[in-house]
Amino acid sequence: MTNRASGETVIVMTGVNKWFDDFHVLKDIDFNVRRGERVVVCGASGSGKSTLIRCINRLEDHQAGSIVFNGVELGAETKQTASIRAEVGMVFQQFNLFPHLTVLENCTLGPMKVRGVGRAEANQLAMDYLEKVHIPEQGEKYPSQLSGGQQQRAAIARSLCMRPEVMLFDEPTSSLDPEMIKEVLDVMIELAETGMTMICVTHEMGFARTVADKMIFMDEGRIIEEGPPEEFFANTKNDRTKLFLGQILSH
Amino acid sequence: MFMKRPRLPLVDYIIFAAVFAGVAYVGYRVETVLIYKWDWSVIPNYLFRWDEGRGSFVPNLLIKGLATTIRIAIWTMIVASIIGTILGIARTSDRLFPRLVSWAYVEFIRNIPPVPFLFLFYFFIASQIIPLLGIDEAIHGASPETLAIAEFFFGPANLMTNFAAGMISLSMMSAAYIAEIIRAGIQAVPKGQREAGQSIGLSHIQLLRYVVLPQAIARVVPPLAGQFITLIKDSSLVALISIQELSFMAMEIAISEQRFFEVWIVTGAMYFIVCYACALMFGQLERRIGVHRR
Repeated sequence: MTNRASGETVIVMTGVNKWFDDFHVLKDIDFNVRRGERVVVCGASGSGKSTLIRCINRLEDHQAGSIVFNGVELGAETKQTASIRAEVGMVFQQFNLFPHLTVLENCTLGPMKVRGVGRAEANQLAMDYLEKVHIPEQGEKYPSQLSGGQQQRAAIARSLCMRPEVMLFDEPTSSLDPEMIKEVLDVMIELAETGMTMICVTHEMGFARTVADKMIFMDEGRIIEEGPPEEFFANTKNDRTKLFLGQILSH
Repeated sequence: MFMKRPRLPLVDYIIFAAVFAGVAYVGYRVETVLIYKWDWSVIPNYLFRWDEGRGSFVPNLLIKGLATTIRIAIWTMIVASIIGTILGIARTSDRLFPRLVSWAYVEFIRNIPPVPFLFLFYFFIASQIIPLLGIDEAIHGASPETLAIAEFFFGPANLMTNFAAGMISLSMMSAAYIAEIIRAGIQAVPKGQREAGQSIGLSHIQLLRYVVLPQAIARVVPPLAGQFITLIKDSSLVALISIQELSFMAMEIAISEQRFFEVWIVTGAMYFIVCYACALMFGQLERRIGVHRR
């Protein structure tokens, strides 16, 4: 895939450390993302990869180091947090669609309440994005009536309706049955082609090879290896990375 | 689908027979030991009496009492729900102050029986606060039309301050229990829902209003319904502060007519009808809400 990343850095993490009580989950993380770049983060369970991306939209907070988003440093202040969250979309492993709202209402809630968009315009916006994820006919249904793959695509549409600058994906296909993984990955690939800045935590190495500009391997809270996919898969430098890839790619 | 007729095991037949025998025995004992002449004829007159002037039946004490009970129940439900929901949200707040205040309130109410609380409230607090509400002045200054409307909602004008005191104290008691129900509902909403709402930029209040509360309340409709029905029954407490609701009327009639069983059985039946109607309505509500959930 063509690398469309510009020179401008959107996210800069410097020396970030995080503890859950005594457990040191992120250790001295230095991590940059440029606009339009697609980053895939992989690693074993408990390596801190989900925590890493959750620090970006402050679903988790870091105790040391700095995270700068679009020139603004993330801190404790809540109004700033809300405005940053509006610019950073997130797709969860468990979809987390609002069960009491229709798919369309799930998508229009953000634009209407956070950005003050009118109902008609929000509905149009939502339908546009539902078409982009290929489920325009599901708008009036409730999430429980959709399949897993459709729910995740609806969740992607919901995040996109806020027109974020960056999209975070936290193991988006890990809860899906195998036959539905492809439909979600296809949507993510199409999204990447539009030039969206994306950070994905995933085990789908095929997807990573297709889409990623940069691969990151984490182990025990540290970034062990970083590089473009060809280099990553062909010439792994680190033993632990080699071991991990060996385990995953044997499927 | 072919359904087999449920076949009861032998044990169940034995149990049914034993219960039936037990009830029959108690009935027999009551009949023989209790020397009582049943006379139901006085009851209909206390439900509806013939009014010569109007030439029709008008509600008498029992029906008027029932109307007061229904008024108290509805007003208390509304006020207690508002206070209870606010307290329930406060119980789950991130900040210490709301959590502490609501916790203290709930513990206080839950550990005092209703009767002491009612009297405490009525004699100490009501006598101070109710005058501040200016109900008496409002009644004196009101036009007949306004008064008629007010009486429909609140009962006889001369008893409105009592009504207010009874209703407020009942609300305060119920609110504590509703707060706990709402708190449980809020805490049962999965964390991922909150995170999803935050990730699209919803503020704390928007999150509560559009994501958390709708799901929390839908989850707790059954215990909430139970609390409302308990409330209808507990409304009989305010008879103690001379509010002329159904139990108060029943007491007066039973004593003056010396017809205890008939009066109280009828009164019990009237409460039963009201509570059961409420339960049926909530059952409908539950079914409608349940449609959208898994």
